[in-house]
Amino acid sequence: MERIPILKIGNLLLVTIQVDLYDRMAEQLQEDLSLAVVRSHARGVLIDISALELVDSFIGRMLGSIAAVSLVLDATTVLVGMRPAVAITLVELGLALPGVHTALNVEMGMELLRHVNDARR
Amino acid sequence: MNSLEEILARDEDELLTGWLQAQVAAGVRREDLIAEEVLRRECSGLLRAFRDAIAQDHSGDITGPAWQSMRETLTTLSGTRAHQGFSPVEVATFMFTLKQPIERRLRQALGRSPERLLEDVQLTNALLDRIGLLTVAAAQKVREAIIVRQREEMIELSTPVVTLWEGILALPLIGTLDSERTQVVMETLLQRIVETTSTIAILDITGVPTVDTLVAQHLLRTVTAARLMGADCIISGIRPQIAQTIVHLGVQLGDVITKASLADAFAVALQRRGLTVVRRQTAEA
Repeated sequence: MERIPILKIGNLLLVTIQVDLYDRMAEQLQEDLSLAVVRSHARGVLIDISALELVDSFIGRMLGSIAAVSLVLDATTVLVGMRPAVAITLVELGLALPGVHTALNVEMGMELLRHVNDARR
Repeated sequence: MNSLEEILARDEDELLTGWLQAQVAAGVRREDLIAEEVLRRECSGLLRAFRDAIAQDHSGDITGPAWQSMRETLTTLSGTRAHQGFSPVEVATFMFTLKQPIERRLRQALGRSPERLLEDVQLTNALLDRIGLLTVAAAQKVREAIIVRQREEMIELSTPVVTLWEGILALPLIGTLDSERTQVVMETLLQRIVETTSTIAILDITGVPTVDTLVAQHLLRTVTAARLMGADCIISGIRPQIAQTIVHLGVQLGDVITKASLADAFAVALQRRGLTVVRRQTAEA
């Protein structure tokens, strides 16, 4: 099974999801990401889902729990590039992902992380 | 050949005149919608088609193959009439009025044979009743299609998304918000947010007459979807009555920003984007 690559940029981790995320892959991502956050002392995690066309309730909840786990490890997660169809699906599934930061693209996501982490200092 | 057939063959002119007069008397002539020449031609055509069909099938049932051509002509005619503005009742009455000249001629021809007269009158009634119903159904279908199309056009026209400033969108909503419309609104807005990378969308509901729990839920769903994508929504144009309704209904707005006017919402949006409006110091020369 392929694993989703996690890139380190400064004290920020960047994850780009390019393929349709299926259940086992999402669970693996959560594990890999938690390990990476601890090892790199990252303060922020950017998950780029602009290539994700479909989500189901499992993936939706996974994204939420990845953010929650990262926060426990003192890293803020920002979800960027969610497509309109995906947003509508999540809302209809009742998954509003409260407390998860979001941004339209990676650039705006990085700026948001800067603000949030400055405030948290 | 029965008397009905004979009359239709021999007395076409008289029947045509009688039919046109009967339409006037019944108030379905509608000179504003159809010209005399056109109407005459249509009625002659129908009389001839009627005669041809009866010649082959005088069972009183119009579903047989002999009536196919007449059914098609009637369906097309009803559709045209509906588009012209005739009501389904007017279209049906147009056919029903044909009974009068036919029955008048039947009485003249068969006055001395009441049995046969009754038979032919019953046949005429049965046929024209069924024909009338067919025209109503056809006209109704066309009207429904027109309404559906107009509704779609209205939905399209009434969800414009405008860019107020860089990164700030406004969506002035006009009219009632039902599930279907809100779906279109939501999709349009979200798409524009992506296209313009706007971080703020102002949903103005000044033009929405009533807000009930369902409408409120629809709006909140739109706000949530936009937030998931990375844009915040402000709801503006809330009238005092609407505000009261929202509270009475117990609708939870959560942390959605609401403003009474679009102007106030715009001010907040500018502030969020780090912009200020400054009055020029130098006077105009």
